[in-house]
Amino acid sequence: MNFPILSSLILLPSIGALFILFTKSSGGKYQSSKYVALFISLANFLLSLYLWYVFDKNSVDFQFVENREWLSGFINYKVGIDGISILFVILTTFITPICIISVNATIKSRLKDFLIAILIMETFMIGVFCSLDLIVFYLFFEAGLIPMFLIIGIWGGERRVYSAFKFFLYTLLGSVLMLVAIISIYWITGTTDVEKLYELGIRAEYQNLLWLAFFSSFAVKTPMWPVHTWLPDAHVEAPTVGSVLLAAILLKMAGYGFIRFSIGLFPIASENFTMLVYILSLIAIIYTSLVALMQEDMKKLIAYSSVAHMGFVTLGIFTMTQQGIEGSIFQMISHGLVSAALFLSVGVVYERHHTRLINKYGGLVSIMPRYAIVFMVFTLGALGLPGTTGFIGEFLILMGAFEKNILVAMIASLGVILGAAYMLWLFKRVVFGEIINQELKSMKDLKTFEIITLSALVIPILFFGFYPEPLMNSIEASVENTLNMYNFDLINSLASKD
Amino acid sequence: MENFQYILPEIFISISIMLFLLVGVFKKNSATLIYNLSNISLVILLALIINLSSLDTIYLFDNSYLIDNLSNYMKIILVGSGIFVMLTGSKYIQVINLNKIEYPILILSSILGMMIMISSNDLIVFYMGLELQSLALYVLASFNRDNLLSTESGLKYFVLSALSSGLLLYGCSLTYGFSETTNFDQILINSTEFNYGTTFGIVFILVGLAFKISAVPFHMWAPDVYQGSPTSVTLFFAILPKIAALSVFIKFLYTPFANMNDQWQTIIVFISIASMIFGAVAAIGQKNLKRLIAYSSISHMGYALAGLATVSNQGIQSSITYISIYLVMNLAFFSCLFMLKRNDKYYENIEDLSGLSKKHPILSFSLLIVLFSLAGIPPLAGFFAKFYVFLAVIEQSMYFLAIVGLLATVVAAFYYLRIIKIIYFDPEKEEYETSHNLGLKITLAISTIFILAYFIYPSGITEIVSKIIMI
Repeated sequence: MNFPILSSLILLPSIGALFILFTKSSGGKYQSSKYVALFISLANFLLSLYLWYVFDKNSVDFQFVENREWLSGFINYKVGIDGISILFVILTTFITPICIISVNATIKSRLKDFLIAILIMETFMIGVFCSLDLIVFYLFFEAGLIPMFLIIGIWGGERRVYSAFKFFLYTLLGSVLMLVAIISIYWITGTTDVEKLYELGIRAEYQNLLWLAFFSSFAVKTPMWPVHTWLPDAHVEAPTVGSVLLAAILLKMAGYGFIRFSIGLFPIASENFTMLVYILSLIAIIYTSLVALMQEDMKKLIAYSSVAHMGFVTLGIFTMTQQGIEGSIFQMISHGLVSAALFLSVGVVYERHHTRLINKYGGLVSIMPRYAIVFMVFTLGALGLPGTTGFIGEFLILMGAFEKNILVAMIASLGVILGAAYMLWLFKRVVFGEIINQELKSMKDLKTFEIITLSALVIPILFFGFYPEPLMNSIEASVENTLNMYNFDLINSLASKD
Repeated sequence: MENFQYILPEIFISISIMLFLLVGVFKKNSATLIYNLSNISLVILLALIINLSSLDTIYLFDNSYLIDNLSNYMKIILVGSGIFVMLTGSKYIQVINLNKIEYPILILSSILGMMIMISSNDLIVFYMGLELQSLALYVLASFNRDNLLSTESGLKYFVLSALSSGLLLYGCSLTYGFSETTNFDQILINSTEFNYGTTFGIVFILVGLAFKISAVPFHMWAPDVYQGSPTSVTLFFAILPKIAALSVFIKFLYTPFANMNDQWQTIIVFISIASMIFGAVAAIGQKNLKRLIAYSSISHMGYALAGLATVSNQGIQSSITYISIYLVMNLAFFSCLFMLKRNDKYYENIEDLSGLSKKHPILSFSLLIVLFSLAGIPPLAGFFAKFYVFLAVIEQSMYFLAIVGLLATVVAAFYYLRIIKIIYFDPEKEEYETSHNLGLKITLAISTIFILAYFIYPSGITEIVSKIIMI
């Protein structure tokens, strides 16, 4: 493989953004730039599908590795993917065109700038999932703040400034400690190359502090209780498309980081801190589910449900079992699709009625029957009904948890019930019931582009819900490898202690 | 006589200064001519220095003058940024009626003083250079003499600078008294044993230098002088004296006082931490952009000094890299400031930027890049500057310094974000003029592209700087 396919994936959106920068507006509508953006992002999606096609699913090694000298000889630009990261890359390239299609509905001003921001964002997001060097990872991880800050700040709602600042500063604060840790790793081991670090291992006495530094960054990004408070604000104020990107992909960076770095690099510390993660995850699951029950704003409700779902993810990862980690990855993909779909659905009614308050709606089933159907699918996906992707993820995570700690698993299972409660209640209040608000009667059912985007999301949710094999095949070998390395390191460290 | 070929740049610039003075006195209305001539002479000066830079270390005039990799690199970035400072400010000084013959001549004299500072290897030569640059700067600060703020800033700078020069001289005399020599290398040899006299000498000299570089707690002059001086002079203040002072810092710490690093290391760490925190916190409430950039430069100097505190070659190199990137960011920022002109009036309050992005997308984008870079967000140049410093700091296991420094960047990010918020999120105001002189546009374009594209080849400066080895 001489063709630098991963770098192309990373760079293509940026090149597209550059191209859009020079397109002229025709009557201030920027239609042409929208087509350019759509074309670029679809091309990127196809490229990533091709990548999946040629990807060797049985190999545990990183594939399509590119290694170039970059920072005066001691840090290389290194990218590569394994079975875990490829799914996130595809998720990113899949969600981006959907965002671009639905841009029209929500973005009224400065469409061109918005498209550029999204494409740049895509570059950074793919970069995060592909990078095999800690510095390169950090670079992409942090750089994503800039476009997201602007997306929330420029195109957001009333309290956008507060939310944008909160988002930016929270994440930055978490990340700087990670930078200290990364540089320390460089001086301890002499490299920041992830593959080499897997081989070398990091001495046990350093692991706890380094793990905590990485944790501070990932916990904010996940987000875990108690540093989750930026997420509802950011979601509520961001434009629909911004929320979609945030929920579907940005949050997954941290989950991916946990698997790739926290477990991969610091197995001993991960073992030490398992209980901490369990407790924080359980609080996230139960507490934010309860908070979600009481929300009156649809977006806020879904934001809190995101926190709860990500609680499942962190729980699953730190069970350190094959099922748990596979379930977590599956849950992240599933949540990426479902939360994107839910935010788009909220966007659909917000676009028509200009409010997100649940009590202003009701009885939509008789006005917008098609909308009611897709919204139902997404609701069921979010609460984890068998037959949707949500079920498989949660089920595997709970299986993994039962294997390790029955009490934790039982409490987490409560979260599933609460999840069903708030999602079904939301659905009932919005879609069923009598039409109290007469203004709703003038609302039209789904437009063509909404049908395209929403059905593009319905299909994978149902398809992988019934037939998860393709995804599972892809991650199985890599997860097994991660766990083997993890157990091997643990046994080694125990042996050296004795 | 053969010594003189090595100080050709200094001789050339001295002759130019005198020549331009004569031209200015005898030829009426020659201000613009001299301005352009000065710029050309700076370009020639740069060429002369680059021509010399291939040589090895050379000691001149009884070891009192030194030309080595450090001095060459520093002189090149000094004169290079001098050229850009002149280019960007040319229109500005015409508009606010400061186009007088003294202006370029004072800038040239100040640059000459800085070059002598950078190359000095003797306390007396060093002090001569320092005073030459300071005297020119006092006048430059109060150059807009009809403006109350400008005269105030000149006076303030003069009084405080004189005080610090006094302290510096006292330190020099103590050092001389206890080491029996004024030559840097001799001081190093004579100060192998610990004694209180030299320690006091170090403290006083560091106080004087910290003042010149505007590090906390000797920063009080910076905000007022930055705000009061004409903007083109502020730009000069923000870059050139910092380069010279940092260079002298490196020289003092690693030549005469290299043996006493356990004495001065704590001082530098303290100054560095205090500058980083103070600069970040105090800038939050500012309304004037020039004042804000004064506090921002205080905190940036904190990072540059953090590299010096490590007592390692990597640290020195990271500081030099830091100041190189810092000067590009400042050039870009001030170029943007020079573009905020409407009806022959320049605007310099943060509120004046409100909604800039709607009418001036390119200018706003440049500001966005510069501000994120100043905040140290990857993948922009400012991040790599900080990255190299922290790489060196953590190598020496100075975790406290690293963590405080990085937390200060989060605080500092807040006020940079505030400006971005005003540019991008707030309602728009009146349009600014869009016609600018070519020099300004080129400077902005080059510096913005440098900041934006730095990540493609981030080891460029580092490789050049890696030749500078002090220990």
